[in-house]
Amino acid sequence: MGADLAIQVRGLTHRYGLREVLHNVSLDIARGGVFCIFGPNGAGKSTLLRLLDLLETPASGEIIILGARATPSLRPALRRRMAMAFQSPYLFRASVGANVAYGPRVRGWPRRERGARAREILEQVGALDLIRRPAWRLSRGEAQLVSMARALAVQPEILFLDEPSTSLDPPNAGRVEALIAEYAAGSTVVLVTHNLFQARRMAHRAAFLHEGEIVEQGMADQILTAPRDRRTIAFISGEMPG
Amino acid sequence: MHDITLGFQHAARLLISGEHDVWGIIGRSLLVSGLSTILGCAIGIPAGAAIGLRRFRGKRGAVAALNVGMSLPPVVVGLFVYLLLSRSGPLGFMRLLFSVPAMVIAQTILAAPLIGALTLSAVESVDRRARTVALSLGASQLRATVTLLGEARFAMGAAIIAGFGAVISEVGAVMIVGGNIAGHTRVMTTAIMLETGKGSFDIAIALGIILLVIAFIVNFGLGFLQRWR
Repeated sequence: MGADLAIQVRGLTHRYGLREVLHNVSLDIARGGVFCIFGPNGAGKSTLLRLLDLLETPASGEIIILGARATPSLRPALRRRMAMAFQSPYLFRASVGANVAYGPRVRGWPRRERGARAREILEQVGALDLIRRPAWRLSRGEAQLVSMARALAVQPEILFLDEPSTSLDPPNAGRVEALIAEYAAGSTVVLVTHNLFQARRMAHRAAFLHEGEIVEQGMADQILTAPRDRRTIAFISGEMPG
Repeated sequence: MHDITLGFQHAARLLISGEHDVWGIIGRSLLVSGLSTILGCAIGIPAGAAIGLRRFRGKRGAVAALNVGMSLPPVVVGLFVYLLLSRSGPLGFMRLLFSVPAMVIAQTILAAPLIGALTLSAVESVDRRARTVALSLGASQLRATVTLLGEARFAMGAAIIAGFGAVISEVGAVMIVGGNIAGHTRVMTTAIMLETGKGSFDIAIALGIILLVIAFIVNFGLGFLQRWR
């Protein structure tokens, strides 16, 4: 098993009822850097991310996280080494500060440390002024920033980001991208996006997902600028029918 | 109109002086309804939460049973508890009939399904993403479930208040199993019935004012919690 791999996926298949949403997906995600999964709407990107974060159990296939096979008994411990910011952020009915401190809290951090961590990370995402605000009073963009801060607060070894800047204005999107780049220097970031500009700016490696299948994976520069598969070419050139 | 005005004046005097065991009756009412609400919560909240959170065979039946329980007629519950606790009943040996515990049992039977059904509705209305997010942030399954229940806390608070509101204003069941014995099982609602029947409107009005104040506080609390939802 590759010690330099953060995630290995072999033959992953997943179904919702009778509908197969992922077919025989295999992926190698190296430790460190940003790995981007891109593809059209409905390709199965978010489902794949939830499976990699061990939030759902696949119909078949194998997932190896940080060198350990994700067996049912190991899943909780492995999940604690990862975190995810979702596309439609759900914030708990509490203050922003309490939301950001949730991860450290369930990990048993002392109160003072988790408070300090919440302040630190909110400052980094530029949302420290929101710390006392009830989470349900935030705008969608603010909620996305807080969701990002909440995932970062636990300092995960693998950070999953599902369309992290869809609701952000350009200055905040830029700030988030800078933060992701900084974080990826020491940890692994798996980024799902259909924003090709963002993928080009951020990704070191990439995979194109189409109708539940990994069509192409490799270095981001190569896939995003000179793809080989006709489906990747069609998607990147904007000719793929919706 | 004159009678009503006089009634209010006498009521104020009674409340200040505490004559006719007015404060004893109020205290007993709060005790019976408070204990019934606590027991109703102990039964209704876990039941409602378990039915709301889990998928199991017969879930529909369990939900229907809770809803039926919510609309149980108090006098029928009173009759049922009376038969259970009467000397020839299966629990007659406990000698609880016409006592505060009997009243608490009857009111618990009324409160538990109401609190359970409202808890179920509160839990089902919570966005299921709460659980997923909690797990993704490293919570255990148990912790994620507790977090999900915590998300329903305002609605569950409203369920508890609604349960208390229902039992404190209830008269049929406590009359049957308590017997409205002065200084022993007399509570506000049964006292109001008795004093109205006797024409002693001042005591009835005094107790009615207190009951209204409690109902107002309960409704205020309910409104406050619902604004928070």
